Amino acid sequence: MAQQPQAGGGNSRAGTKKELPEHFKAYKHVWVAVEMEHGAVHSVSFELLGEGRKLADKRGVELAAVVMGESRAELDAAAAQCFEYSADLVYLAQDPALAHYRNETACQVLTHLVNTYKPEILLLGATNLGRDLAGSVATTLATGLTADCTELEIDEEGSLAATRPTFGGSLLCTIFTLNFRPQMATVRPRVMPMPARQEGRSGRIIEYSPAINEADIITKVLDFIADRDSDKASLPYADIVVAGGLGLRSAENFQLVKNLAEVLGAEYGGSRPLVQKGWITADRQIGQTGKTIRPKLYIAAGISGAIQHRVGVEGADLILAINTDPKAPIFEFAHLGIVADAVTLLPALTEAFANRLRINRLAS
Amino acid sequence: MSEMQAQEPQFDAIVVGAGPSGNAAAYVMASEGLNVLQIERGEYSGSKNVQGAILYADALEKIIPDFREDAPLERHVIEQRMWTMDDRSHTGVHYRSDDFNEEKPNRYTILRAQFDKWFNARVRAAGATVLFETTVTELVRDLSGKVIGVRTDRGGNPIMAPVVVLAEGVNGLVGQRSGLREEVKPGTVALALKEMHFLPREVIEARFNLSGNEGVVIEAMGTITKGMTGTGFLYTNEESISVGIGCIVDDFVEGGETPYGLLESFKNHPSIKPLLAGSEIKEYAAHLIPEGGYRAIPQLYGDGWLVVGDAGQFVNAVHREGSNLAMTTGRIAAETVVMLTRKREAMSRANLAIFAKRLEETFVMKDLKKYKGIPGLLHGGKAQFFGTYPRLISQAMQTWFRVDGVDKKSKEGAILRSFREARGWRGMMGDAFRLVRAWR
Amino acid sequence: MNQPLHSVVCIKQVPDSAQIRVHPVTNTIMRQGVPTIINPYDLFALEEALRLRDRFGGKVTVLCMGPMTAEDSLRKALTFGADRAVLLSDRYFAGSDTLATSYALSMALLQIAREFGAPDIIFTGKQTIDGDTAQVGPGIAKRLGYNQLTYISKIRDLDPDGGALVVERRAEGGTQVLQTKLPVLITMLEGSNEMRRGSIETALAAARAQVTIWNAAAVGIEDLTRCGLRGSPTIVKKVFAPGARSEKAAMIGAEATPEASAHAVIDAIFGRMPAIEAQLFETAAQAAY
Repeated sequence: MAQQPQAGGGNSRAGTKKELPEHFKAYKHVWVAVEMEHGAVHSVSFELLGEGRKLADKRGVELAAVVMGESRAELDAAAAQCFEYSADLVYLAQDPALAHYRNETACQVLTHLVNTYKPEILLLGATNLGRDLAGSVATTLATGLTADCTELEIDEEGSLAATRPTFGGSLLCTIFTLNFRPQMATVRPRVMPMPARQEGRSGRIIEYSPAINEADIITKVLDFIADRDSDKASLPYADIVVAGGLGLRSAENFQLVKNLAEVLGAEYGGSRPLVQKGWITADRQIGQTGKTIRPKLYIAAGISGAIQHRVGVEGADLILAINTDPKAPIFEFAHLGIVADAVTLLPALTEAFANRLRINRLAS
Repeated sequence: MSEMQAQEPQFDAIVVGAGPSGNAAAYVMASEGLNVLQIERGEYSGSKNVQGAILYADALEKIIPDFREDAPLERHVIEQRMWTMDDRSHTGVHYRSDDFNEEKPNRYTILRAQFDKWFNARVRAAGATVLFETTVTELVRDLSGKVIGVRTDRGGNPIMAPVVVLAEGVNGLVGQRSGLREEVKPGTVALALKEMHFLPREVIEARFNLSGNEGVVIEAMGTITKGMTGTGFLYTNEESISVGIGCIVDDFVEGGETPYGLLESFKNHPSIKPLLAGSEIKEYAAHLIPEGGYRAIPQLYGDGWLVVGDAGQFVNAVHREGSNLAMTTGRIAAETVVMLTRKREAMSRANLAIFAKRLEETFVMKDLKKYKGIPGLLHGGKAQFFGTYPRLISQAMQTWFRVDGVDKKSKEGAILRSFREARGWRGMMGDAFRLVRAWR
Repeated sequence: MNQPLHSVVCIKQVPDSAQIRVHPVTNTIMRQGVPTIINPYDLFALEEALRLRDRFGGKVTVLCMGPMTAEDSLRKALTFGADRAVLLSDRYFAGSDTLATSYALSMALLQIAREFGAPDIIFTGKQTIDGDTAQVGPGIAKRLGYNQLTYISKIRDLDPDGGALVVERRAEGGTQVLQTKLPVLITMLEGSNEMRRGSIETALAAARAQVTIWNAAAVGIEDLTRCGLRGSPTIVKKVFAPGARSEKAAMIGAEATPEASAHAVIDAIFGRMPAIEAQLFETAAQAAY
């Protein structure tokens, strides 16, 4: 269900700050629940540690990471990485039942750790795993959870200010969890920059053996079928991305985007309406509900630049916008813009790039 | 068309379509206690419709007398502006009267998507069963050829009823496919394009000299249609302005003008542009309007079927009336069916002829008959009526009003000369004669 | 399990963002008059529930929390083939965040259990297209103690009598095959099936069906402070449009021909970012050899 923003009114709590209940006052420190896939830490966890460090420093508290799994060697390696990405402390939960991610076990372990060590802020990646876990942990703890944040801040009163797109991605809103702890938020991969790794940096480990009785766990993992690499679009990590929007006017015209991407050795994608119209598949969607990208060069052709798209591309070093409407919002965050019809400009651009590359090749 | 053995009917009547004529027919029959099924291909009533229209209260009052209490109405019309336009000017006749600020106003501007939804909710409240997103694919007939039901694109058994009211719009395929009427000809349909322009209500009220829910309608003809048969219009809604232009489809094909190009230049006309200044376009849509008039009306009834609304070409193109004719034909068709049902009489061609006979006595047929020559005349003389004359009228007005040292008698002479040279006495007399004859 | 299989599908009515059109001349987005639809992700959940009913029998109930106008979406779900529809509507639910929403829905689900039998499977879409949080499904599962299965792409096996089921779940970098037991909450992944078209008989029955409408009291909610704005731990403090970047886009003037414009664009890109130029040429050179 949507987060329905409401104006502050007589009986509403919006905008009011109540005194934090006594039993929550002990809640301290910033945590990141680390996501591990097949022994390796998902890069979104490092991005969160980078962000968590800033929040912890502002609050004058520690930054902790929670890792859970079966193999001690893998867990130790993960913990070492977490320290290098600026965690002060790692909660390390080891149990054979934690070999694969399951909601039941992960929720149980994380909830126990939160109730025992009382963090004030808990961050998770907005991946399938993170969203699966965050929703059930927040419900168990009866606290607030803000999904898909694009900005995390500490306000002047020390509360977590979590900003995310709202109204289907047409506006942004800032959400607080004032009277409950921990304050929970998820962030999608690539939304936050990858922090620098500080080699040799170390920290404390607090171990936890949940002693899970496998017989008590109803859900069993029978198999894991890894995706073939060829199936995957590697949009989030591409150096150059070309994308199209409704300004292309037809599904056929999307080929123009692909053509340019091919010449540039780039990945291609599109805005959300294109997925809804069936012009591209969901894994090619760029924006809040699709992929967040951080390329060196992003070419947006016929994309108006709704907020939900903007938050997915703002990490790009250079954004070139092509749009017929000089008032299109995309020109407000692009670095370079041209008022032109993408349908006529894209083929010309493809041709011109191809020519230049060919000439250069001949010259070399 | 499939033939079926007589089978127990599940409904007293089936209405195909949920626009103004279908809603009127279904509402009247359902509220008179008939078991009515209404089938609409769109997602909801009004979903296939164009925003911004005029509602004529009289036709609806005869169906739902208290409609003003909860129908979504925008503004009541207190002022009508009729303009002939050339490229830089307009010559207008304006009529505004405080009499239109009556307790039960006569005309309203409405937004069709909202209005049709409301009307259909009343249809359902009256007890009709309404299916959406369902397309009637064919009429089912018995061995004698009488229509006894319909089949839909949802498959399954046909749905049976002694009478089917076809309210499927100008382009309705069921009647065409079943051979009940011919395909629409591009020479008798207009393609109208509308846009909604949002403006704060204070701006609209100041710009059009209105207060409260008062509204203005502008109807325009002239060089705005670039020599094609058609008209432009502008309506004030509560917080928006509907602006649009429509021309006979044939003329678009012939002349190569694009509908959007035409609307763009209409909106940029120096007489229209300031009225829209600062507005935000929120919606556009295209719609076909049957404008063949009386001569294009198909057979309206047969064994087990009736045709109402746009499907029956019930549009008075001269007065830009359509929804009132649609509702009235729907109502009278329904009343005919109710009467026959009560008397337990067959829905035969002979009995359903009462529908056509009753229509003859109403304004619907009387008006369409009166103007039966107009569509052909305007279409045939489009170069004069949509080019030459509007330009001449504008020039004449300018000559007359410009004070430049030329004496009035010479001005009169110049004006008359301009008319004579452009069209010739004989041509003008002919046009006038034909127009008067067509109008009578 | 000797009772027939009972699935409840939670749906939400949302604005149809796909119908937001772009004006052909000005290229501006037109939002006015955008109709509401069933959240598209929920249709995959509904279709999956209908398929299970086709295979194993039983009933499919649809549940929607929303304003009274959401009855349209429920009726549509009945047209697709659901057996009964429940609308949970109360002004006290206004302003609910995901926690308060999952509370209200779980209370309605308990009421459904009392009146129509306990659900064996609760289905939802993976998320909504307006809120995009994907939190309500897990919230319901946790509150009702149902096994939680999110991002399910396929139900491989179901033994309605023994209650065992095997599903495929979309995970990072692959597909998890999970075995679990009823009762479960499943959030369906998009593209996992295609919504059927209800038959004419179903459509007729749906048009005449009564939608059950419950308010907070009807589902046994006594403590209204757990609902709506008051029951929501998250507080939306401000809603805003992001400002323009401090440095506005450098506009490249369109040239007389697309070709000339294209070269102007390339010059601008390379001018701003020589590194990209070098990288492109390097890749092109490698491709050549």
